[in-house]
Amino acid sequence: MRTITYSEAIHESIDYNMEKDETVFNLGEDIGVLGGGFRATHDLYEKYGRKRVLDTPLSEIAIVGAAIGAALGGLRPIPEIMYIDFTPGCMDMIVNQMAKIHFMFGGQIKVPMVLRTVCGAAGYNAAQHSQSMYPFFVHTPGLIVVTPSTPYDAKGLLNTSIADDNPVIFMEHKRLYTSKGEVPEEFYTIPFGKADVKREGDDLTIVATHALVHDALALAEEMEKEGTSIEVIDPRTLVPFDKETIFKSVEKTNKLIVADESILSCGMASEISAIVAEEMFDYLDKPIIRVASPNCHCPFSMPLEDAYIPGKEELKEAIAKVL
Amino acid sequence: MKISNDDKIKMLWEMMRIRQFEERAGELYVAGIITGALHASNGQEAVPVGVIMNLKEDDYLQSSHRGHGHVLAKGGEFKPMMAELFGKITGYCKGRGGSMHFAYVEKNILGTNGIVGGGIPIAAGVGYSIVYKGTNQMVACFLGDGAANTGAFHEGINFAAVVNAPVLFVIENNQWAISVPRKWSDRLVDLSKRAAAYGILGETVDGNDVLAVYEAANKAVKEIRAGNGPVLLECKTYRWKGHHAGEPASLQYRDPKEVEAWLKKCPIKKLEKALLEEKIISEAEIEEMTKKIEQELDEAVEFAKKSPLPEAASLHDHLYV
Ligand SMILES: Cc1ncc(C[n+]2csc(CCOP(=O)(O)OP(=O)(O)O)c2C)c(N)n1
Ligand SMILES: [Mg+2]
Repeated sequence: MRTITYSEAIHESIDYNMEKDETVFNLGEDIGVLGGGFRATHDLYEKYGRKRVLDTPLSEIAIVGAAIGAALGGLRPIPEIMYIDFTPGCMDMIVNQMAKIHFMFGGQIKVPMVLRTVCGAAGYNAAQHSQSMYPFFVHTPGLIVVTPSTPYDAKGLLNTSIADDNPVIFMEHKRLYTSKGEVPEEFYTIPFGKADVKREGDDLTIVATHALVHDALALAEEMEKEGTSIEVIDPRTLVPFDKETIFKSVEKTNKLIVADESILSCGMASEISAIVAEEMFDYLDKPIIRVASPNCHCPFSMPLEDAYIPGKEELKEAIAKVL
Repeated sequence: MKISNDDKIKMLWEMMRIRQFEERAGELYVAGIITGALHASNGQEAVPVGVIMNLKEDDYLQSSHRGHGHVLAKGGEFKPMMAELFGKITGYCKGRGGSMHFAYVEKNILGTNGIVGGGIPIAAGVGYSIVYKGTNQMVACFLGDGAANTGAFHEGINFAAVVNAPVLFVIENNQWAISVPRKWSDRLVDLSKRAAAYGILGETVDGNDVLAVYEAANKAVKEIRAGNGPVLLECKTYRWKGHHAGEPASLQYRDPKEVEAWLKKCPIKKLEKALLEEKIISEAEIEEMTKKIEQELDEAVEFAKKSPLPEAASLHDHLYV
């Protein structure tokens, strides 16, 4: 099969859906002529024009608010917020409007939109450009939260997101844009709420998201040689969340590490740990270990950012604790 | 307005310091020696210099993501600034901030900012603290033309107006917000027109003419210090470089002719020419100034290189809980 990047996979999905459905359009900062900070919307402006690839004023509240309005008006907007770090500036639109309108109006109207944004620490961009605060969105009822870790998942899940009639937060990860993987040329979808077992194993389960999936897989490969068999599961969507696949794995391995780049306190690793602890306590031989960003802001300086980002080192330490 | 020869020479000196700092930082970035997001202000030097020459030592500065020039003009020094760009513990923020979070509190430099518009309401609040305590200070708050379209702009300036905060809001209108041109950002010719919406004074000035910026800021500062509340000053200028140091050929979205036309309006050359014509300064003296700054920069880079990086174990330092 052909191999493309994560960024190309996202681009392909947007392009396909725009071609198929006249009501699909993009809005955001620097998505048009520049083609987005990570090239995910490059050449779409040339192909579809400004009407459908709208470079907006520097106004996050208006970007999300106008997308909600356009959705209410019958369109299928794909707003982009350049970095997740800028979503707090428009959080009211996301939390109090986008997530609630369908519910508050008694189900009379749908809000079909896909808010694309970017998370993760990379390249020493300091405390205001390195965050992974999507647990804010998981905490908000009414938002579908998608976290693809591979080009294949990115394309399939974005196709599903654009087709869905409810608001989606589509979380892209900075360190993954140039990663490559096999992606079919034809259209396909991946259902929400269906975790993917990225690697099977018997001794230990690692539930990981985004870039940490790849760290876990690399480590699992290394440890296989030492005789340790690790199962790696990627939930792929945080809301809805596929408990069953994880429960089944824990039943088999009896040990669990949860790895996610959001901050430890009230982060995604904590939430997943709680879900498993609540229902699978009897199957666990050891306490669940969380691998996450520390309860700290991401500092600028190289050695500090390197220490900050959870990765293989932290996973290794966690494995040493449970095995 | 009469501006002394000494002040004119100081303006030239300050602008040259900014230009040469930006050039050196850009080179170090391209060489891979410094990292992160680096937003250079080459071509915009007249704005911070013309404005900040009107401030007193204890006045406050709120800066934007493109803030090296503001910090330098307000008394920032090469060594700790360069060290911060290198992520060293001898930097102003001990390597925690980098270019987007330069702060030098001793000089009331309350930081550059990675969130566009983020400093505007904060400036209003610093202004209110001045009103509250009755000190004779003021705030200069620099922002871009892009920032003028945030909600923070509206709320921050309106708040400052209502509490009569002594804040000079300076829109450094460099015509672009990354790749988004003014025509897609707002429908105004002069952004200073927005002042009327807040019931405050507003003025637009040629941001590449440091003497004009100085005069306009001087007038504004007098109003502010007289207790008449905030003023909105728009300085029209141009971003010479890519949006950030890693974006070299930003010309993909800008007409090269537009860039060329603005390059001809270099604020430093303009002042140099005037000073040479008036025989206030000689070519040799300018040459001497350039060299002196280069030498100072060499020392700053040496200092930064030799300074230690933070220990990984210090990750949680400066976090109080
Ligand atoms: C709230 C927010 N939105 C978006 C960004 C990304 N961003 C950084 S600078 C910039 C453009 C800013 O334009 P302007 O205010 O005109 O300043 P300039 O870069 O031209 O100096 C954008 C969109 C950001 N840092 N913060
Ligand atoms: Mg600008």
